[in-house]
Amino acid sequence: MPSINKVNMYLYTRYERFWHWLQMALIFTLLLTGFEVHGAFPFLGFNEAVDVHNAIGLTWLVAFAFFVFWVFTTGEWKQYIPTTKKMFQVILYYSYGIFRGESHPVPKRKDAKHNPLQRLVYLSLAAFLLPVQMISGFLYWGYNDWTNWGLAWLTLDMVAFVHTAGAFAILIFVIVHVYMTTTGHTITSHVRAMVTGWEEVEEGDVQAWEKHGNRRPTA
Amino acid sequence: MKSSRGGYLIVPLVLLLSMLTLLFSTTSICFADEDEDRAPGRTMADQATKLKKLWITVDHSRIEALKKDFRSGPEVTQACISCHTEAGDQFYQTIHWTWKAYKDDKGHQFGKGGDSINNFCISADRMQDKGCLSCHPGWGKKTEAVNCLNCHGQKQINWEESFEDLGAFAESDDPEEQEIADEIRGNIQAAVQSVIRPERQNCGGCHFKGGGGDGVKHGDLDTSLTKPNKTLDVHMGTDGRNFKCTRCHTTTMHNIAGRVYTRPAATDRKSLIEDDLATKITCESCHSSSPHKSESKANDHTDKVACQSCHIPMFARVNPTKISWDWSQSGKTKDGKPYTTEDEFGKHDYMTIKGQFKWAKNVKPEYFWYNGSIRSVTAKDPIDPSKVVQVSHPVGSRDDKNARIFPFKIHQGKQPYDKVNKTLLGPMLSGPDGYWTTLDWDHALTVGSKALGIPFSGEFDFVDTTYVFPITHMVAPRENVVACNECHTRKESRLTNLAGFYMPGRDKFQLLDSIGWILVLAHLLGVGIHGLTRIFTHTNGRNGGNNHA
Repeated sequence: MPSINKVNMYLYTRYERFWHWLQMALIFTLLLTGFEVHGAFPFLGFNEAVDVHNAIGLTWLVAFAFFVFWVFTTGEWKQYIPTTKKMFQVILYYSYGIFRGESHPVPKRKDAKHNPLQRLVYLSLAAFLLPVQMISGFLYWGYNDWTNWGLAWLTLDMVAFVHTAGAFAILIFVIVHVYMTTTGHTITSHVRAMVTGWEEVEEGDVQAWEKHGNRRPTA
Repeated sequence: MKSSRGGYLIVPLVLLLSMLTLLFSTTSICFADEDEDRAPGRTMADQATKLKKLWITVDHSRIEALKKDFRSGPEVTQACISCHTEAGDQFYQTIHWTWKAYKDDKGHQFGKGGDSINNFCISADRMQDKGCLSCHPGWGKKTEAVNCLNCHGQKQINWEESFEDLGAFAESDDPEEQEIADEIRGNIQAAVQSVIRPERQNCGGCHFKGGGGDGVKHGDLDTSLTKPNKTLDVHMGTDGRNFKCTRCHTTTMHNIAGRVYTRPAATDRKSLIEDDLATKITCESCHSSSPHKSESKANDHTDKVACQSCHIPMFARVNPTKISWDWSQSGKTKDGKPYTTEDEFGKHDYMTIKGQFKWAKNVKPEYFWYNGSIRSVTAKDPIDPSKVVQVSHPVGSRDDKNARIFPFKIHQGKQPYDKVNKTLLGPMLSGPDGYWTTLDWDHALTVGSKALGIPFSGEFDFVDTTYVFPITHMVAPRENVVACNECHTRKESRLTNLAGFYMPGRDKFQLLDSIGWILVLAHLLGVGIHGLTRIFTHTNGRNGGNNHA
């Protein structure tokens, strides 16, 4: 296998890293307290778990608003545009190539941090799953005001169902996501990148479709 | 650290700061020290019940009409009414005197003086079962004139015996017996002249001992409330607010508020601010409908959960209360004689004349939707003996706007019913024809049914029944309140029996949970296998894959 040059690249800005770890802490706490409220295990006690879950949940709403602001003002949203290009190669890499020590088919770049699989997953997460979770969570929290909000037709079991299903989906994402951090250049290189912002990546050109400006990548 | 956007460093820093501020301000509200300030409901209630100075303009010991040589109860009544001219007319209209509540559209007369049935002594047989009349506010077992001193007398004496003895000794020429007569006369006069507003022992004389003994009926009303401490009852505690019964059970023309016998007792949940003349004082009258601190989740519960549900964690906390009465076991004898046995509380758990009892202390209530009405079965209503007959049961459902989850004592009974007419039967118990004398069900049921004016086929058996008592006294201090997770829990939730709504912590969607956890495990397994494969193929990390998280 030919040796590939590596370059140290600044991938994650300070806010991005902060947001990532804040998000991690919030999600971790929400999953823990949420599943306790759901009756999965005893931890803080129901009362405390509810209070913490509510407080963190509301914090999350505010923090997420900042994220939305950031993602649009910085143009980072373009990193989430989905594509099918090289999708198959990425899937093939994770299910086969990785075991043979092959190179990743879509190396990270400053203006193209996400491979096609990540684009799809993170877009679904940020644009669908997290909003669903936030909306259902907010409704859950505001249960007593539903009539005032004109939502008298809602029932708590509908909201609870959606919110619980969303929680399972996020938990599953976290499992896979945490595992995937170990698949970098070294076991910890991805994690270190999210801490320092810098990651050693393979040299190479960013393809045109991956870049910011290209909003409609050709499949 | 190098930064490609050094110039904008200030932006994320400000964001970070503002987010952290938000984070901590939200949590600090939720974790504010609970003892820092009081719940607004307590402050409101304190204001509503500031010591009311009731002054008295009559010294009854100086009233001429009460200095008479009374020889009978009705003479005392006459003396009272000679000044309180309307009191008798008022009182004879009240349920305390008539023992009749109302007639339904079928003409059934509710009330213990009517067709109503319970699962204790079952029926007063239209006031003909004289044993019941020990609690009727007349003189002795007669229903002629009201004994005002039942409720307004500070000194309780045995009136019947006193008048009888006085009658005998007063006629005697023996100076010694005359002396005894004078003493009795003095006792009677002293009792007649110590007139008060009703105290706990006046109300408690009957209401603590309903059903024939201390704590038999209610569970939240027994003699432990004569002088309770705050731990037993925050309102009545002599070391606390020291409320008398009449503090909440207000009175209009001798009609005493607070009865929850049949009709909605309080359909509109008013505070005293809205209506300071409200006839029925509920928790909310003083504490408001959002009594807890503004951020407390408990305030969000008050629309569906009655205050009592959380604030009375258990009833019968000092004295035991009767929880079941099986009449079918009565009539057994030892060596041909009636006998009794006692349980661990020193209470009778078997009596030949009454049957088998069970007593319990520190009982967790059962919870039902309750709109203030109790549906009850009278001696004239058909029953289905194949099921447990709910002689009385709370009315309400989750969809009922006025209904809230309310705590109840359930008293289990096994009592006689007519196998042909399918009705509950009210046996005559006391007196020469009564079951307690004859131990003859057939005769007692025949006489009782005749008194009630209902047919009796002669064929009877015993049926399982339940009877409910709303639990509203014995409000515990805040630190003993029912914890969230006593209801919001999978196992042994206090509200296990209430269905038709989703309750966090108690309920789940089994299919969703199963699928969810299976998927979680499958993914754990998946990444585990993936990772192991990477280790065994010894490639990743060495040959420099550059992958993405």
